[in-house]
Amino acid sequence: MKEFKVTPIRNGTVIDHISFGMALKVLRIIGISGENAQSTVSMLLHVPSKKAEWKDVVKIEDRELDPKELDKIALISPNATINIIRDYNVAEKFIVDVPEIVKGIVKCQNPGCITNHNEPIEPEFVVESKKPLLLRCIYCERLMSDVSEYLI
Amino acid sequence: MNLSEKMLPIALGEERSDLLSGYVLGSLFFETSTRTRLSFASAMARLAGTTLGFDQPLGASIQKGETLADTIKMVDAYSDVIVLRHGAEGSARLAAHFAAKPVINAGDGAGQHPTQTILDLYTIRKTKGKINGINVALVGDLKYGRTAHSLAEALALFGAKLIFVAPQMLQMPKETVRAVEKLGGKPKIFHKVEESLPDADVMYVTRIQKERFPDLAEYQKVAGAYVVDNALLKDAKPDLSIMHPLPRIDEIHSEVDKTPHALYFQQAFNGVPVRMAILALILGASD
Repeated sequence: MKEFKVTPIRNGTVIDHISFGMALKVLRIIGISGENAQSTVSMLLHVPSKKAEWKDVVKIEDRELDPKELDKIALISPNATINIIRDYNVAEKFIVDVPEIVKGIVKCQNPGCITNHNEPIEPEFVVESKKPLLLRCIYCERLMSDVSEYLI
Repeated sequence: MNLSEKMLPIALGEERSDLLSGYVLGSLFFETSTRTRLSFASAMARLAGTTLGFDQPLGASIQKGETLADTIKMVDAYSDVIVLRHGAEGSARLAAHFAAKPVINAGDGAGQHPTQTILDLYTIRKTKGKINGINVALVGDLKYGRTAHSLAEALALFGAKLIFVAPQMLQMPKETVRAVEKLGGKPKIFHKVEESLPDADVMYVTRIQKERFPDLAEYQKVAGAYVVDNALLKDAKPDLSIMHPLPRIDEIHSEVDKTPHALYFQQAFNGVPVRMAILALILGASD
């Protein structure tokens, strides 16, 4: 019999196939901290995976993620799958997708970029490549590949 | 470039024009400039237009903490076209976002300096008769020198053969190399000026940008490493042209000024007819 390390949830979201080591960043993206969590959040680190060797999994009860949160997850974990659970059943299942334009969710890594100068504008990037991830700032044109430290 | 040629007699004061009469140029220089600012003002004046603005932000609202976006919205209301130089990369793009009027980038940090590029292309074409196939060595600070970034891309677009000469720490940024390669350019990369001399038809020397070095010790290491003097030029092609966006510090010795190689003062003058053409085209006032 398959052993469940964490029990199934009744309603909410299961984020599966998160790149190993990224689960804590996923929690940060969706704004879950000890102070503001409204429901149970389970996190599994370093779980054996059929697709990759290891993965992380996050389960959030009684919450469905919005598209902006999904875009952010895609940027740090492009293979993650989202399962929306309603009454213990998988109501929706999809793979996150890196959008063509990334706006307002990542800061430009160039400290000299005008978007880092307190101007009333959201940073915006064109996705030059999804795998491997490569973003180009539409303001300073600088390329960036590792965005995990620059999420807003 | 063809319109720049037509503007030449007006730029020289030999003919008069009121092409831009009644037009106002908003000239915002958050960083210092001599040639770019004055040549824009001269271009506007030669075509009977008016220039307003500032050449350093002291005393302007910026000192009080106003954002660039707010400054731009105001100047947008006072003028027909805006020229902007600012220390932050992407500032012109931001200005264009907030302005209804056209914005001309006159240098954004270590980013781009496109009108300098157009006058550089004009100067090369006027001197060499063409751009395609010409060997152009870009020498000096290719990392922080914004003129080199814009020029490299434009030269690749026009089919010039590029040679990048800089110490490893000041080599061309990967974004620019990538853009050049996308345009079909295959730049040669050297670390010593001498290595580029046998091939070069044009040597484009840039100043080491002291103000953009985060570490002064690093500046000291490379300052003075790329010096062009008559001794070096003994091995150059007889018709090698030396260009420089100016100001220079000591990267081109003054003894070179008297040789036929020196093209940089002519290049600086060309800023006027080229910027006249740019303003006329942007304002839709050319024939």
